[in-house]
Amino acid sequence: MKDLIKETISKERMVDLFSSFRDTVFSDDSPAISAIREKAIESFSRIGFPTVKLEEWKNTDLKDSFNRLYDYCMMPQSHVDFQKVFQCNIPHLDTAIIGLLNGWYVSKDVPLMELGNGIIMGSLSEARKQYPQLVEKHYGKYADDSKTGLTALNTAFAKDGIFIYVPDNVRSPKPVQMINVIHSDQNLFLQSRNLIILGKNSRLSFVHCDDSYNHQSSFSNIVSEIHLDENAFLDHYKLQNLNNSSTLISSVYFQLERDANIESHYLSLNGGVLRNNINLVFNGPHGNANISGLYLMDRKQHIDNHVFIDHIHPDCSSSELFKGIMDENASGVFNGHVLVRRNAQKTIAYQSNKNILLTDTVKVNSKPFLEIYADDVKCGHGSTTGQLDPESMFYLRQRGISEESARMLLMFAFADQVVTKITIPQLRNRIEDMVKKRLQGELQICEQCVLHCSTPEQPIDFKIDLSKI
Amino acid sequence: MGPNGTGKSTLAAVIAGREVFEVTAGDIFYKGKNLQKLSVEERAREGIFLGFQYPVEIPGVSITNFMRTAVNELRKYKGLDPLSGGEFIRMMEEKKKLVEITSDLTNRSVNEGFSGGEKKKNEIFQMAMLDPTLAILDETDSGLDIDALRIVANGVNKLRTKENAFLVITHYQRLLDHIIPDFVHVLFEGRIVKSGGKELAIELEEKGYDWIKNEQEGR
Repeated sequence: MKDLIKETISKERMVDLFSSFRDTVFSDDSPAISAIREKAIESFSRIGFPTVKLEEWKNTDLKDSFNRLYDYCMMPQSHVDFQKVFQCNIPHLDTAIIGLLNGWYVSKDVPLMELGNGIIMGSLSEARKQYPQLVEKHYGKYADDSKTGLTALNTAFAKDGIFIYVPDNVRSPKPVQMINVIHSDQNLFLQSRNLIILGKNSRLSFVHCDDSYNHQSSFSNIVSEIHLDENAFLDHYKLQNLNNSSTLISSVYFQLERDANIESHYLSLNGGVLRNNINLVFNGPHGNANISGLYLMDRKQHIDNHVFIDHIHPDCSSSELFKGIMDENASGVFNGHVLVRRNAQKTIAYQSNKNILLTDTVKVNSKPFLEIYADDVKCGHGSTTGQLDPESMFYLRQRGISEESARMLLMFAFADQVVTKITIPQLRNRIEDMVKKRLQGELQICEQCVLHCSTPEQPIDFKIDLSKI
Repeated sequence: MGPNGTGKSTLAAVIAGREVFEVTAGDIFYKGKNLQKLSVEERAREGIFLGFQYPVEIPGVSITNFMRTAVNELRKYKGLDPLSGGEFIRMMEEKKKLVEITSDLTNRSVNEGFSGGEKKKNEIFQMAMLDPTLAILDETDSGLDIDALRIVANGVNKLRTKENAFLVITHYQRLLDHIIPDFVHVLFEGRIVKSGGKELAIELEEKGYDWIKNEQEGR
């Protein structure tokens, strides 16, 4: 069996590939997982890949991404030195690091760790073997394969990814940081799958970094299911810093039971085509979700944030704040859909999307959208897209500040309203530095990889020159 | 001084170099330099300060960061080394006292959520930090209560020296009880039509602008 197969991406090839994997790659699946796969490939062959003809995809065209030759990395990389690939050089950021390399879990000691407090973290594929009941109770329950082709495709193919379980009443003593690295001399097509389960009254900080190390193209179709049981709290960070020929479709499905609480931060600093599907369901009353996003795009980069929040039960609140600074020929999409169902009285929901356009060749499509069937709710939305405020520019320059510095101050201030929501101080400091560097055009992916990391082949040293900020 | 719509704020903005205005005729010379050839920030570094009638709120930019950038860019222009963090903080504390700012206003975003009075005090504070040679205060007294008015006026009086000048745009003689002007000029339809000492302001307070209007129309 070959572990690498070079193909462009099409529906027919995917279905064929699936058939050929049945008796090889997927042969060690449990009957339950097998059944989920079969159902998912059936959904996928019915729905197929998204095209711009679909309302949900009309402003994000994946055609070019599909037309490249990719390797399907269906086997883990061998001989990887964990310490060298996965290290985070943010000073004093104390996290438990778990890593995926090209979609496969890379183990430091064992593929699945059980900590003293009962927290389990490690490889999803291993968790399927060791904790089948726990996995099968949640796996595939929140991601909707019946409507979304790419999610169905992921469910059909996914072999590995991250698994985290925090038992009832346990608070994770330090943040868990997942580093999802793409590093290969081939173009890769990756479909990893993550499952994160928070028990009742539990608490977790989870930092999820997507990075690439070289200039190879990649297509990542990643699905994460995150379940928060009653009164659980999740502080969630998604940092995206990929090269300009990478395509990342990240679909996260959050399900919140009663009184559960989530803070989610999407920080998109670089990437070719980035699509964040953020789906959140309030499956009980008194839940709360704050989702914020910051994206800084230039060249021909494309960012698409699709947020869907389903208010099923009463007394839940959600707020979305997405801000973007768009330069050169970049394009962006914000689509926020809040559904307030008939029973969801006393819902509070707010959506806001703000964009600064630095050139007249930038394009942004913003669509905040509320669909309300309850009659006692407080909902609002707003969207602004424009240039830097000329009044503010004049005010700063009148105090002797150069035009360039004034622009930097205003852009940084604009971004800072999202950055300031980061509650891990070391991470906030690093992101502030990265935003400053990004806005000054100094941050080039891979020449100076950012978040962490050095690889054996490419020692990378990231220094911050504070004198320039 | 002068009635509404005669061009007082326009004059201030044109001197400061606001780009929405196009100067179609004439030149502006300041200390031998033609200001029209200079950008907004260059004029500021030449010593021209505009106290805004409606100071802009800039969320996310802290007053400290803002003022430190401004002071150091000004110092660079003058060929001086930038202030160290400690020196800058000391300077800020000293100037805060001058304008009687007791709260830690300075750690907040520029003018964000400030009351009308706080915004105007903040303008005077910035003026104290930058030490301009020509300060144009555009209706700095509007919207101020008696105490704030006194604080603003005291700030101006303390900063007044032989080497600098203040051009105060106001509608009310009230401010001039606190800041004694050397000259009073009346602007009407874009031209200075009357000049005098502080007694001219008192006369205007009694008679109103109709007197000027009638006189002008009578010509």
